[in-house]
Amino acid sequence: MLEVRDLRVSFSSEQGLMRAIDGVSFTVGEGEILGLVGESGSGKTVSLLAVMGLINDPNAVIEGSIKFKGRELVGMPNAEMRKLRGREIAMIFQDPMTALTPVYTIGWQIAEQILQHQNISKSAARQKAIDLLAEVNIPNPADAIDRYPHQLSGGMRQRAVIAMALSCNPSLLVADEPTTALDVTVQAQILDLVRKLQRNHKSAVVFITHDMGVIAEIADRVMVMYGGRIVERGLRNELFLNPKHPYTKALLDSIPPLEGEKPKRLRAISGSPPSLLNRPTGCCFGPRCVFRFDACSAQPELGKLEHSAACFLEGAR
Amino acid sequence: MFLAIIQRLWQMLFVMFGISVLVFLIFFATPGADPASRIAGRGASAEILEAVRKSFGLDQPIYVQYFTMMKKIFITGDLTSFVNRGWKVVPAVLDTIPVTISLVMGAAILWVVFSMIIGTVAAATKDSWLDRSLMILGLIGISMPVFWLGEVMNLVTQSRFHDTWMFSWVPPLGYKNFTDGPKAWFLTLVIPWFTLAILYIGLYGRVLRANLIEAMQEDFVRTARAKGLSETRILLRHALRTSLISFVTLFGLDFGALVGGSALLTEVVFNLHGIGKLTYDALLNLDLPIIMTTVIFASFFVVMANALVDVLYIVLDPRVRKA
Ligand SMILES: Nc1ncnc2c1ncn2[C@@H]1O[C@H](COP(=O)(O)OP(=O)(O)OP(=O)(O)O)[C@@H](O)[C@H]1O
Ligand code: SF4
Ligand SMILES: [Mg+2]
Repeated sequence: MLEVRDLRVSFSSEQGLMRAIDGVSFTVGEGEILGLVGESGSGKTVSLLAVMGLINDPNAVIEGSIKFKGRELVGMPNAEMRKLRGREIAMIFQDPMTALTPVYTIGWQIAEQILQHQNISKSAARQKAIDLLAEVNIPNPADAIDRYPHQLSGGMRQRAVIAMALSCNPSLLVADEPTTALDVTVQAQILDLVRKLQRNHKSAVVFITHDMGVIAEIADRVMVMYGGRIVERGLRNELFLNPKHPYTKALLDSIPPLEGEKPKRLRAISGSPPSLLNRPTGCCFGPRCVFRFDACSAQPELGKLEHSAACFLEGAR
Repeated sequence: MFLAIIQRLWQMLFVMFGISVLVFLIFFATPGADPASRIAGRGASAEILEAVRKSFGLDQPIYVQYFTMMKKIFITGDLTSFVNRGWKVVPAVLDTIPVTISLVMGAAILWVVFSMIIGTVAAATKDSWLDRSLMILGLIGISMPVFWLGEVMNLVTQSRFHDTWMFSWVPPLGYKNFTDGPKAWFLTLVIPWFTLAILYIGLYGRVLRANLIEAMQEDFVRTARAKGLSETRILLRHALRTSLISFVTLFGLDFGALVGGSALLTEVVFNLHGIGKLTYDALLNLDLPIIMTTVIFASFFVVMANALVDVLYIVLDPRVRKA
């Protein structure tokens, strides 16, 4: 349904061209949950903002191809793109505290999106908003609809944001770290909710996070990003049981074990993420990789297999 | 709501009391401030000074003087000027109020409307030539001193081009009562309105543009974009709507100050006998009863303007509404 091929996003800055996304390709199938994981700055948000057509920095250059249901999104005029946004592709963002306009009730904001895309009456839109709030388990939806964002807790706001995103039954939902700003118990509820809604609305979901634990819980397939590239992809179970890329292994090592004694310190990956201004030649994980060898001075590409990693190590492809 | 109004009134009384005491002390009780010697004139003999003190009640204890003055302002209304003892102060001040209110209200409407248009258009066309020229015009508006602008306006509309079709409609300087004919009232005020408003149009236009550009970077604008709304709708319904809150704060401060007498220069240039001009004249010859009275009335209007802003806040910002 969504097919991204060789996506490159660069920002020109005073220090030079900064390549935030460097040749990313992936697909999202109908109704699947794709987990996208990677540390801060690896380009998760930027790559999905590119899909949404929401990179409106005048210094940005977007190259490559993004096909959604057969239509090319790169270079699509904004007026066309707007008809897809919110209706076919919806996105929810990390911080529910700031994601809603403070001066309107949540019902108003949900109805606004419905009215933008559907030709129905205001009262019908309002009724639909109430139903959506009920669906995301907000208590007393008929009452909550007239609440302003500041009158709701973070978890409730994120539910309202999710309700809004789902209001037009999008076929693709991009969730950019929707649980990061919430505390743990609320996180689990939101994850359950996303899963339930994904089944009910039959939407595909791209779930962005930097938390391998969250990925383990929600994703069907996983993509690991590092320094603006995808370094490994595969079905969740395969990737978790048999990680191929040293970076994925390191990420998995950094999850606290669920049972048994907790280690005193989690193993952190030494070194820092690559500078996007002067990318290292060869493997972008090279400077931090403990397995680095001669071949790594070339750029490793992702293999063709369902589960493969961009690494020269034996068995990685 | 009712409670809030009562609270407001209390606050207002308190502010007015504080300001009147402060001003009274400054003029009557600071060392070296001797109203009697000012009334009697330079080099007056001790006997004359003594007589003046008695006659004006300045020999009484200071708090008695204060309460006598307050009584004469609020209860009997027969406070008279020190300079011209037959001149009743309270009616004189009350006469100035419609003049100042007419001037400031009209200018405020102009500056709110025009600065909103300018700020929004500039933000929407950020970095274009239109944006740049609007901002430069705004800067020019801010940098023109109002008395200079007023004089130029007068020169153009009253003498140089008065006989051309463009400005022949401009009546001579001075205020015409609204009740004596709205048309004359309106025509005499058009030029003063624009003169006073230009500074604020420039200032508010620039501030609003900056606020809008900042608001367009907010997360909720990104959400609005992700919803598929049009840029115009995002700018007007989301960014502008939230920026109005700080706009109103600024407006309250300026509006209050102007009604309280800061429109002085405009009033002087256009010969409008408003509260600013009255205070200014009284300050020139240190006519204390007038100063006291105008200050009290001015503080009343400043507090009223702030109350108005608070009401606007409640309308604009759900976060300050109590549940
Ligand atoms: N408008 C922009 N101009 C310049 N650089 C940008 C811009 N937007 C993003 N970047 C850069 O692109 C890189 C990737 O950012 P991105 O937000 O995609 O990271 P992320 O993986 O989502 O990280 P996080 O987990 O912190 O959200 C970062 O180094 C960031 O500084
Ligand atoms: S390609 Fe080489 S440097 Fe890169 S991850 Fe594999 S082993 Fe490490
Ligand atoms: Mg991000």
